[in-house]
Amino acid sequence: MFAGLSDRSWLWLAAECYFVGLLLGTWSLTRRNRQSGVALNTIIAVGYLFQLTGLWLRGRAVGGCPLGNTFEIFQFTSWSAITLYLIVGVTFRLSLLGYFTSCLAAAVTIVSLAIPAWDATRREHIFGGNPWIELHAAIALFSYGVFALLALTSFMFLLRNFSLKHKMPGGGFTFLPSIMDLDSMSVRLLVIGVTLLSISLAVGAVYWLRDLQSVNLTKLLLTVAIWLAYEVALGLRLKGKLLAQRFAWAGVILFGLALLSLWPVDASRHAKPVPARVSR
Amino acid sequence: MSADHFFVLGATHHTAPIEVRERLAVNAEAAEALRGELSSIPGLREFTLVNTCNRVEFYGVATSPAAAVEVQSRFCTRQRFTAAEFEQFRMSLSGFDAVRHLLEVTAGLDSQMLGETEILGQVKDAYGAAQARGQTGPVLNRVFQKAFQAAKHVRTDTAISSGQVSVANVAVDLALNIFGSLAKTRILLLGAGDIGEKTAKAFQSRGAGSLSVASRRLESAMELADSLGAFALPFWLMPVKLAEFDIVVCATAAPDTVVSHAAAQTAMKQRPARPLFFIDLALPRDVDAAAAKLQNVFLYNLDDLAKIADENRAAREAEIGKCRELINTRADALWKHIEPRLQASLNGNSPLPEQGRPA
Repeated sequence: MFAGLSDRSWLWLAAECYFVGLLLGTWSLTRRNRQSGVALNTIIAVGYLFQLTGLWLRGRAVGGCPLGNTFEIFQFTSWSAITLYLIVGVTFRLSLLGYFTSCLAAAVTIVSLAIPAWDATRREHIFGGNPWIELHAAIALFSYGVFALLALTSFMFLLRNFSLKHKMPGGGFTFLPSIMDLDSMSVRLLVIGVTLLSISLAVGAVYWLRDLQSVNLTKLLLTVAIWLAYEVALGLRLKGKLLAQRFAWAGVILFGLALLSLWPVDASRHAKPVPARVSR
Repeated sequence: MSADHFFVLGATHHTAPIEVRERLAVNAEAAEALRGELSSIPGLREFTLVNTCNRVEFYGVATSPAAAVEVQSRFCTRQRFTAAEFEQFRMSLSGFDAVRHLLEVTAGLDSQMLGETEILGQVKDAYGAAQARGQTGPVLNRVFQKAFQAAKHVRTDTAISSGQVSVANVAVDLALNIFGSLAKTRILLLGAGDIGEKTAKAFQSRGAGSLSVASRRLESAMELADSLGAFALPFWLMPVKLAEFDIVVCATAAPDTVVSHAAAQTAMKQRPARPLFFIDLALPRDVDAAAAKLQNVFLYNLDDLAKIADENRAAREAEIGKCRELINTRADALWKHIEPRLQASLNGNSPLPEQGRPA
């Protein structure tokens, strides 16, 4: 039944699964029922497999990690967030995290699929045939997936904090995890994200130092700025200077900035975009 | 066949005032003796006694209505009631109505505190006790097991048990919303009065870590701490030790503020990453309201907690119609299933599966 489907068709199927997850979660919340973790996680897992298949087909067609245009970057970032959710979220059983993850994944994948211009052209040979550069890019984007999950736990923290501070613990807020659980999860995610991004930058730096002209200055400055911002946030959190809702706001705002930085970073690559020649 | 073969009779908080329920109450020893007496009633094939602080109910399967009359008579004799007196407060149902009543009781719909979950355990215990003594059979086994399933279904599919409806339990739920688990939390109770004690007990019943009691009279603190298995703390040490606690239950009779904004701020400087939850049950209030503005500080006073409890109670009441619909559907299906089998059972020819029979 699925034989011969194009990569984009698989990715559409994945987006539909995430959207169904969003609908299911919203329906449960409006009925004030506790979320069915098994049903939601199954839907997310099926969507994840579809997305993995789509990205694998795209990667096979382009001969490398599919990170050649905005569409692919968004798809890869959402895939990373789902990967981490399936590992971390399911293990720690944070109530509603699955719902918010499927909301984010549905939004990112549907938007990226709905804007054809994002996938009309793609840069080829962006890694210069060097697997280490490819690894650098893949880890960097995976860390963005971690930061996406951090943004979600931070957002959930803000909701929970708002509900408790404003004496409204009922309704949909009932199903949110506790302040301490969310804070603890956010710190762990920040540590993981910063570690991955640091490794990615370290790998990239080795090649950049060999050829200083190989990396566009805009891309370099933006990436380092994002990395530095997360490093500072982590440092301040560990020193007890950035806490509670301020820490949560930092998690949300920094991810927004990280997401925004992807456009200039992608546009600043040296390789010129060519019409995409991949299966549709 | 008459529906009277399956009956429930007794008295509940709906039919009898507290003074009467006190007289009707059956302690464990008397209940055991009563069960023995009931076993000897001719024609009473199966029975279960559900005995809680708000209800005494006999569920039975009998070959004739006379057996139910005999159950009442033996109970009245034991509790020193005349039949006429008991009948003023009696609840007596049979057939489908009795089945539906059991389902409503088990689901917490008939409880004084609507939607409470304790009753399910109590009914399970009562059924377990009867089953262990061989006093249940295919009909009661089926009815009780289906009642437990219905209770679970009602609680899962409706909000009848959601949210706490007592101030103390609301406070505990809020603490869980902040800390996730109470196992590692440190609780300080300020004041040795009743309301503070009740709240402290609610925390302990939900697995609170360590509890300390501070009162202006150290003897009172020590006495209460002793009864709660807690630590006593001299009141004057409270401002210094405040940072060591996660939850502070304030219930003093002090005319002025006991925990100032400055004291809360100083405490938070020592524990910035860990929230501090003040439950202010005192009137006049013990905690400076400005403390709520501090980051990671959560402050709820008596009105806040009562408002949440009222909202939860209203939300439960709004679910009654939905619950009754679910219960009626299930009771109807159950009665249609057992009615033809009831007669077969009474004839000693049970068509129910083996697992439905008593051990």
